[in-house]
Amino acid sequence: MEARYAVGDRVRVIDRLHSGHMRTPRYVRGKVGEVIRVVGPMLNPEQLAYGYSGVPGRMLYRVRFRQRDLWAAYAGGPRDTLEIELYEHWLAPSDETAGRTA
Amino acid sequence: MSTTGHDHDHDHDHDGHEHAHDHGSVPHRHPFQPDDPEPPLESRVLEEALRTLLIDKGVFSAADIQHAMESMDARGESQGAKIVARAWADADYRRQLVERPALALKAFGIDMGVNELCVVENTPDVHNIVVCTLCSCYPRMILGVPPAWYKSREYRSRVVNEPRAVLVEFGVTLPEEVEVRVHDSNADLRYLVIPGRPPGTEGWSEEALATLVTRDSMIGTGVAREALEAGSASS
Repeated sequence: MEARYAVGDRVRVIDRLHSGHMRTPRYVRGKVGEVIRVVGPMLNPEQLAYGYSGVPGRMLYRVRFRQRDLWAAYAGGPRDTLEIELYEHWLAPSDETAGRTA
Repeated sequence: MSTTGHDHDHDHDHDGHEHAHDHGSVPHRHPFQPDDPEPPLESRVLEEALRTLLIDKGVFSAADIQHAMESMDARGESQGAKIVARAWADADYRRQLVERPALALKAFGIDMGVNELCVVENTPDVHNIVVCTLCSCYPRMILGVPPAWYKSREYRSRVVNEPRAVLVEFGVTLPEEVEVRVHDSNADLRYLVIPGRPPGTEGWSEEALATLVTRDSMIGTGVAREALEAGSASS
């Protein structure tokens, strides 16, 4: 499985509604961060949760966000960050605005 | 354990009994608690039938189950403390732990199973702190059962958006120039923080160093014990 994104790429988390099990918390949807690690293909949790095989897998990334990009009123230091694991089908290049609502 | 590999817990607190106890004007009854047990859930019946069948067929014994449960209960933060102590004492081991964690854990006979460990290091410039906002994912193989607060809605929701305020409540105040880096353990990885090594511990044995490594310091809600503090506690 080819990874669409590489370390250093800016990505936007797609802001879409999703019913059922998923592992993309709402607080990162629509936000732009930076890929810091390509973890590799993982079984798709949105299928696994319902007793399916989770195949085909989905590429998993670790993505870093600046806290001030996540929370408008963030009160901590300007260098503070948050890192989270995101699957490829939830990511778009940061210049794509299709999934953006915020 | 569920097929997703996530550590979903079902020992949530039951809040049904919670109410203000200022018995001013309106008397009220406490919820009725029956003496007889509720009828078993279907899943419980299924589990018992399957377990009995597997024992009868000789696949495993009741003692095997007991042993497996005891070994799961025996896992605890002392395992993580030994790993961190070695990382402090041995720079090569530390590098391996960060770069190839599965291999480094084998030195302690630990197999993480389906979940890969991600090891993050505290430095003078960066403080790492771990949360699972979606449930309660936790590196049980090396830290045991997570503390109740780790699974609480308050911790899970607040630490991502006001980590410094949460840290202060845990007794950790960090200067603004230190980067607070929150790790949301939301999917396939599990996280271990290597806390900063306390000053004044040069030349200490791994065993002595391990006494400074607290559970919270490996989650990032705390820092390692100071050398003096541990010395006075053990004397």
